[in-house]
Amino acid sequence: MPDLSVEFRGVKAPNPFWLASAPPTNSEYQVRRAFDAGWGGAVWKTLGFEPIVNVSSRYGAIDFEGRKVVGLNNIELITDRTLDVNLAEIARVKKAHPKHALFVSLMVESRREAWHEIVKRTQDAGADGIELNFGCPHGMSERGMGSAVGQVPEYARMITGWAKEVATVPVMVKLTPNVADVTAIGRAAVEGGADALSLINTINSVMGVDLETLAPKPSVGGYGSHGGYCGPAVKPIALNMVSSLAKDPRVGVPISGIGGIETWQDAAEFLLLGAGSVQVCTAVMHRGFRIVDGLIDGLSGWMRSKGFGRIGDFAGKSVPRLKPWGELDLNYKVVAEIDQAKCIHCGLCYVACEDGCHQSIRWEREPAQVGIRPGVGDGSLNVFTIEQDSCVGCNMCSLVCPVEGCIAMKPVDRGLAPMSWNQYQAMLAEERVAKIEPPGHA
Amino acid sequence: MPRAGERRSPEELARNFAEAPPLGPSEALFEASRCLYCFDAPCTRACPTGIDVPRFIRQLLHRDEIGAAKTILGANIFGGSCARACPTEVLCEGACVDRLLSGGPIPIGRLQRLACDSAEGVSFFEPGPPTGKKVAIVGAGPAGLSCAHELRRLGHDVTVFEGRSLPGGLDTHGVAAYKLSTDFVLAEIERICAIGIDLRLNHPVTPAGLRELLNEFDSVFLGIGLGRTLPLGIEGEDLAGVWESLDFIDQTRVRPFEECEVGREVIVIGGGNTAIDVATAARRLGAEKVTIAYRRDEASMPAFAFEYDLAKGDGVRFEWFAAPLRIVGEDGAARGVEFARTRLDESGQLQMIPESNFILPADMVVKALGQGPLVEWLEALPGLEHRAGRIVAEATTGATSIAGLFAGGDCLRKGGEVVDAVQDGKVAAKGIDARLKARMGRASDSQ
Repeated sequence: MPDLSVEFRGVKAPNPFWLASAPPTNSEYQVRRAFDAGWGGAVWKTLGFEPIVNVSSRYGAIDFEGRKVVGLNNIELITDRTLDVNLAEIARVKKAHPKHALFVSLMVESRREAWHEIVKRTQDAGADGIELNFGCPHGMSERGMGSAVGQVPEYARMITGWAKEVATVPVMVKLTPNVADVTAIGRAAVEGGADALSLINTINSVMGVDLETLAPKPSVGGYGSHGGYCGPAVKPIALNMVSSLAKDPRVGVPISGIGGIETWQDAAEFLLLGAGSVQVCTAVMHRGFRIVDGLIDGLSGWMRSKGFGRIGDFAGKSVPRLKPWGELDLNYKVVAEIDQAKCIHCGLCYVACEDGCHQSIRWEREPAQVGIRPGVGDGSLNVFTIEQDSCVGCNMCSLVCPVEGCIAMKPVDRGLAPMSWNQYQAMLAEERVAKIEPPGHA
Repeated sequence: MPRAGERRSPEELARNFAEAPPLGPSEALFEASRCLYCFDAPCTRACPTGIDVPRFIRQLLHRDEIGAAKTILGANIFGGSCARACPTEVLCEGACVDRLLSGGPIPIGRLQRLACDSAEGVSFFEPGPPTGKKVAIVGAGPAGLSCAHELRRLGHDVTVFEGRSLPGGLDTHGVAAYKLSTDFVLAEIERICAIGIDLRLNHPVTPAGLRELLNEFDSVFLGIGLGRTLPLGIEGEDLAGVWESLDFIDQTRVRPFEECEVGREVIVIGGGNTAIDVATAARRLGAEKVTIAYRRDEASMPAFAFEYDLAKGDGVRFEWFAAPLRIVGEDGAARGVEFARTRLDESGQLQMIPESNFILPADMVVKALGQGPLVEWLEALPGLEHRAGRIVAEATTGATSIAGLFAGGDCLRKGGEVVDAVQDGKVAAKGIDARLKARMGRASDSQ
């Protein structure tokens, strides 16, 4: 069994699967249930000095063609319970679960004394670390907190500094994705003394409109407000931001990856792209704490199959594989190939290629022996083959194919040495290479 | 004959003949989400009326039930009936590629039913601008009414003549009651006729009458179906308790179930889908023992596999290799059937085995050998080309050998599905329209 334990800026946890600061970490009852279920750590739902007041309803979801909650948004605020109650519960959880990582998310007004006080009280309660919530895009941001801080590098740097002035435990800064350049904020937080970063917080969003009542979703008595978007649909945005910070030499602190993690594969991808732990919320809100079993089993199995004994053996391993576009090899070529034995004749590859891509799939009707059988409607069978000469290797047909392993993208050896766009430009300038001809169909 | 067999309460009978429950909204969305939205979809190509199945399923998935119904009814105005009566397993669902992916097809028929039912009361189609041309339709079955509806959409005046007191042809009189209720069919036909079809019931048309219609109207469509069930040609067919399959099914469609006649022990002779319909109906009405007797083996039986399974599920027995010799009677009433055992010789020819006769008792015998053609009726129309009672018509227009006379439905073939008849009606409407427009063009040229 591979070792899943992590040490994240000095904080140890039995595994990298942590719960994000969110409704599932609202109370002692929930966090203890989560730790009992197998979660390695948790970030307590954001504390402030005064309990806030919430609205009803609070969540909105995107369902996609039969799959529920592929995206979720909320207009819930930080904790609606008193600081004293929360801190007492934190102390009890920490006592009962000393081996689990327990960070506590904080958000108070932008006053040095306020931050000093809450940081001190939180670490006194026994928190292993503190997460500064510079990310919430709704409700609190209008009051000058959350993403209002996280969108301005100077504020992020300053408030991180205030927390660090009194912190005796690691301070992690949670970043908002609602910025043009997340690395600017990440660098500022590190300059302010951040020991770690976590991202992404939710993306600003309006979930939709009820076509019956014309009210926005989620609706509060017929009215709505922008809220924070999360869930499986946001994962690629999070991976880009996590990896860009992991690559940045001016950041250089551990990152806790957040954003749409539902499966062990998602977690492995975040770890490969620079995260040292991952935080989960939507998947748990959807299906409960029990999903952690599958995450642990799946990641362990994959690590075993890859020969990775510890998380550290692969964490960050894919970061160097991300390069600027101009450094990618223009001479590398793949073409699609359809396994006719697996093809079910749905024609999705054909129509995708024909209408959206490069018209490189041939469609023929073959007479069939039987009038009607699967794929045969009127005595003929649609047969699709790749025109490999004009196929540009875009992937689209293989992406839409519903059959596992039916369309493969096969590398073609063109006998050309690798050449990136940057090299190509340099060589063109020196007239060492001929201009690349447009593809045949252009 | 008096009702024999087990007594069943009206409630129990209603349950026995109730339609399968409709798809619930969540089930429908789940099933619709499975559809791949195939390009040049095999299901659509397998549908005689060419319903754009992926399109209507996607409309259901995106909660546009009314749009889905319009997609279906635009191609097949009997979409509601066909959703219930079509042998989808050997049509759209038989061609569904999801069988190759998940093992089971998308339940296209049930999704179609949901879409059509959702749009009840919505009218999608309007008559076209009046052309001043008049078309007579003979027979208010699916072929005739489909043709009539299409012609109204094209602006022609349409009068439908139906000999029986109810419209619908086999849709009303011949489809198994558990598949299709008569109330449903009549409501569907009312919606179809709302486009402005002049439907004249109890108005049989003789061959002489048809010739008058050809003079009186600009074109005539013939959708008269087939004749009576073929006789067995054996002794005892006139005994009380001997039924033709269509009469037996018809009673379940037009009478309250508790007033339908059924024997205690029923023998159904034949191996097609109609034999199955009769046998399952007899069981559901209360017959204690129902046996389908067929001359050949199980594998040769023309009934669809899913129909066979249904009959077995209803407790119907099967007597293979049994050729009927005579119906045994007593006091003028059927008491059983004497069969000879048959076998297939090496060349596959059916042979009767000498001295193998046996009698199966029965108080009701139903002949289910299929319907015979209306040869005499057709012969009475000089110049009408037919082959052994099947009218010869152009595949792309429905035109017969008589100018201005078009035909479709079962009178063209040995007996097809409702959906085939609907398509014939559409094809003939286009053929008629082309003919009438051509003549209108000539008329306006000469002005």
